[in-house]
Amino acid sequence: MLYKAIVFLPLIGFFIAGLFGRYIGARASEVVTTALLMAAAALSWFAFFAVGYGHQVEHVQVMRWMSSGGLVVDWAFRIDTLTAVMLIVVNTVSSLVHLYSIGYMNEDPDRPRFFAYLSLFTFAMLMLVTADNLVQMFFGWEGVGLASYLLIGFWYQKPSAVAAAMKAFIVNRVGDFGFALGIFLVFVLFGSVAFADIFPKAEEVAKTTFHFIGYDWNAITIACLLLFMGAMGKSAQFLLHTWLPDAMEGPTPVSALIHAATMVTAGVFMVARLSPLFELSPVAMGAVLVVGATTAFFAGTVGLVQNDIKRVIAYSTCSQLGYMFVALGAGAFGAGIFHLFTHAFFKALLFLGAGSVIHAMHHEQDIRHMGGLARKIPFTTAMMAIGTLALTGFPLTAGYFSKDAIIESAYATHVFGNSYGFILLVITAGLTSFYSWRLFFLTFMGQPRWDTAHGHDPHVHHAQAEDDTHGSHAHGDDAGDAHDAHGHGHGAHEPHESPLTMLVPLAVLALGALAAGLAFNGAFLGHDAEHFWNGALVLPEHEEHPPVWVVWAPTVAMVIGFAVSWLFYIKAPHLPRALAESQPGLYKFLLNKWYFDELYDVIFVRTAKWIGRFLWKKGDGAVIDGMGPDGVSARVVDITQAVVRLQTGYVYHYAFAMLIGVAALVTWYMLGGAH
Amino acid sequence: MTDHLLLGLLVLPLAGALFILMVGDDTEAGRTNIRWIALAATVITFLLSLVAWGRFDPANPAFQLVEEWSWLSETIRFKLGVDGFSMPFVLLTTFLMPFCIVASWVNVEKRVKEYFIAFLVLETLMIGVFAALDLVAFYLFFEAGLIPMFLIIGIWGGKRRIYASFKFFLYTLVGSLLMLLAVMAMYWDAGTTDIPTLLTHKFPHGMQFWLWLAFFASFAVKMPMWPVHTWLPDAHVEAPTAGSVILAAILLKMGGYGFIRFSIPMFPDASLYFAPFVFALSVIAIVYTSLVALMQEDIKKLIAYSSVAHMGFVTMGLFTLTQQGIQGAMFQMVSHGIVSGALFLCVGVVYDRLHTREIAAYGGLAARMPLYAVAMMVFTMANVGLPGTSGFVGEFLTLLGAFRSNTWVAFFATTGVILSAAYALWLYARVLFGPLEKPALMQMPDLSAREVAVLLPLILLTVYYGVHPAPVLDAFAASTEALLKGTQAALGAAAQTASLVAH
Repeated sequence: MLYKAIVFLPLIGFFIAGLFGRYIGARASEVVTTALLMAAAALSWFAFFAVGYGHQVEHVQVMRWMSSGGLVVDWAFRIDTLTAVMLIVVNTVSSLVHLYSIGYMNEDPDRPRFFAYLSLFTFAMLMLVTADNLVQMFFGWEGVGLASYLLIGFWYQKPSAVAAAMKAFIVNRVGDFGFALGIFLVFVLFGSVAFADIFPKAEEVAKTTFHFIGYDWNAITIACLLLFMGAMGKSAQFLLHTWLPDAMEGPTPVSALIHAATMVTAGVFMVARLSPLFELSPVAMGAVLVVGATTAFFAGTVGLVQNDIKRVIAYSTCSQLGYMFVALGAGAFGAGIFHLFTHAFFKALLFLGAGSVIHAMHHEQDIRHMGGLARKIPFTTAMMAIGTLALTGFPLTAGYFSKDAIIESAYATHVFGNSYGFILLVITAGLTSFYSWRLFFLTFMGQPRWDTAHGHDPHVHHAQAEDDTHGSHAHGDDAGDAHDAHGHGHGAHEPHESPLTMLVPLAVLALGALAAGLAFNGAFLGHDAEHFWNGALVLPEHEEHPPVWVVWAPTVAMVIGFAVSWLFYIKAPHLPRALAESQPGLYKFLLNKWYFDELYDVIFVRTAKWIGRFLWKKGDGAVIDGMGPDGVSARVVDITQAVVRLQTGYVYHYAFAMLIGVAALVTWYMLGGAH
Repeated sequence: MTDHLLLGLLVLPLAGALFILMVGDDTEAGRTNIRWIALAATVITFLLSLVAWGRFDPANPAFQLVEEWSWLSETIRFKLGVDGFSMPFVLLTTFLMPFCIVASWVNVEKRVKEYFIAFLVLETLMIGVFAALDLVAFYLFFEAGLIPMFLIIGIWGGKRRIYASFKFFLYTLVGSLLMLLAVMAMYWDAGTTDIPTLLTHKFPHGMQFWLWLAFFASFAVKMPMWPVHTWLPDAHVEAPTAGSVILAAILLKMGGYGFIRFSIPMFPDASLYFAPFVFALSVIAIVYTSLVALMQEDIKKLIAYSSVAHMGFVTMGLFTLTQQGIQGAMFQMVSHGIVSGALFLCVGVVYDRLHTREIAAYGGLAARMPLYAVAMMVFTMANVGLPGTSGFVGEFLTLLGAFRSNTWVAFFATTGVILSAAYALWLYARVLFGPLEKPALMQMPDLSAREVAVLLPLILLTVYYGVHPAPVLDAFAASTEALLKGTQAALGAAAQTASLVAH
């Protein structure tokens, strides 16, 4: 009952806000969905302590989904420590984001829809993390994809938002293509899609081979690689990452919830959930590690030069997800999930903090047009500082514990690509520190650059929202709220601190970013790990401590990154420009994100469109219709005319002629078709 | 059996048509009466089919509710009956008919009387196809169904209706003639046209191939399979909304039903032999038509092409000869009946307002028509096979079956999930998202109460069967098992394929 409540409360919220939002009003929708989420979050924490420390592992059957022959799929929950960790991550961040959105979305006329989507997302994510079989996981997987699509495209009048939403869905589908094939293969290998049936048989199946698209593969390896393809899509790993930065078109709370703390970590969760399979395939583990390390490094380099505050954090997310995968690939599943856990706090904090900045700056997102905001919005500044410290792994903050554990595990593992992973991660630790502090310095320190720059482009969606439907009701309802600077239109541009509904979530997350590492390090990674995980993950055997230089390497890299950043943006602000001008090729390459979008556009988008048009006009039009019905009717007309010239004129001649045409067509199809 | 439920299903729509025949349609009051009679007839038929459903035992794979009369001769009898494969289609037909009537309530203005008569006759013929247990009766229903559809497109269709109806007729006629030859050949060989008897009759090995091909020619056109699919986009584009609904939802299913009723159980050797050929055509259909759908400029054409792709999953699933493949294919047909029917109804909604199907004429409608946007979103998601909608179950099961048969087939067919997302979401984005700028769209009213009443039940079913597909899947689970057992037994020597049976 407890778990059903946790999972279904958000669904109830979705239905209430989605179906009745237009009748009960925006405020009621906000309150209902937020209250339900708060309740779910409270229950999740309760469940977390019951499962993680009280060891109550449960299986909750809801109902049968489908059964066909040997295939049986249930709607059912598998509650173990891994699930419990995900429950608190999802529900805590989601409830805070709901609360935050009450303030952030205050001006938007479509708030019931927004809150309905948020709750729908939460429900789908909960279905994903509680799934006891692969197909239900796939349901949650695609469900969060739908919610993500709807929320990225929330401001659907904006063509860029719509394009970003579609891109997210379609690129994710590319990953899901692999995921689906993986599920089929698992079913063929194990005769079941339920985890409880799969895991005990894994060792046995690992010895077999499977013939897939023309090659003989180790059965577990190919299954894991296919499933991992799904994880790459959802978690925006290298090659399938292009949708994540664009997803920043969505409202900022969405970015915090979906594209930082929860949905994008679904891939990490999936690999961890399937750790009994992955650990049997060194090849798959190596692939996970290499992809993760490549992503971490790649996204780190791109993050160095981005100017949009949300995109910097988005690339940072991409990079941190790479860290998590390296941990998984190295077999340190506990460390990977621990980083997922701590990252949820500090990354959501950074995004919501960025949202607060954007709110303060009246929808300005370019950090070149900010600066000196520390004096105007001191609370937000402090929160962002905490988030940045945790992200860069400052000693004793949350990121310090989890990230260093990952780097050490990459050093210790024997999976192929281990040194590649270790070196790239240490470098990336430096890059992370650099771009995080760059963001911080440019936004909050130095001289204000927003006075002059603000004659500018008012953001499209808001301008439109006001024109279309806004004027009628939204202001009347909520103008009495905490901040009315917005209510008076866009005349006053003085940055202002956000309302309390936005600041409270920041404070809670900041607490998590500071303390989560210290509080849970022992349980997730330390000597209690065996008890804590209780079989939910495959844990590595304890190895000796790595050498001291390995332990210190990430911290040193972090300090270097901070120092360079300080030099560039506080001490000698002319240096970055000089550097960019001296290395124009490299700078452009990074600024354009290694040209992936352009490349994919040419390879996939244009090609698909060209082929589609070709097949339509030439294939269907010229060949099939030309030879088929159109050709036949033309021949029939010819023949009948010939017949008319013979002046027979009998009706049955026409019919006869038609029959010949028909027979000829049939013969052609039979001969042409059968070969 | 004393009562004649199935006969009742055949007669009721005809009775309705007869009533309509007696009402004049020169006055508005008369036309209103006609609409109400048509609605009443279809609703009562639906209720009666629910009674039949109540009497039907899905656990029993045999034919049920059987009734027969002496007809052309002692061997060719008029025999009706349903099993797990036909019952869902009978229900689908009777269920969708009232929606078609309501959807034609206001937008059919000329020859109202003939229009509704054509629909009611069409209903009888379609139920006849699914309920006939005699090969000759089946053939007659199957072919006669063309005529009302041909008229509906040709009379109430759009600008190029003559071309479209001609193309439709030519294609389907070609297939039909071959099937007629096959029917005669079967009669000569087996000495009966009784379908239950034919199902147990063993046709000679060599003959099976020719019969299979002849039936295939007919069913492949109806499906439609690549490369004989080009009539469908034209027919859809020109047909009135309700015609499109019936075409997509029911008429296309006749091909799939034919495969499962005749080709697979009666010609098992040939089915196994030709399976790779069907796989190839199916995979081409999925990839090729999805790509073509991507580039369409006409909403209805796009959905029509997507139908061809979805039918590719059906043919692929059927010929995997696995429990999942066949059940998935059956489910996919039922689901596609609901979803594609609903999509065409959705197109009808905007077509009634703006009288164009050009995608480029739309844009940003979500702002004006939020209810419509929700309905369209649900069906679009079902169309791309999102789990939790009915579209997923069929796609998933057919692909799973295909994977068990041949990983190459599954590999290429699964790319369909990427392509379908691309064309469906792009369509949605172009019609409903973006800025609302075009003057003609500024005053578009949202769904009327009538339109909500039509679309809401379909939304509920789409989601319900997505979450709980058991009522549909179980309807033909036993029949599928029996079918597979039958084919396996017939194949006999090919014992190594035993692994193809479920478990």
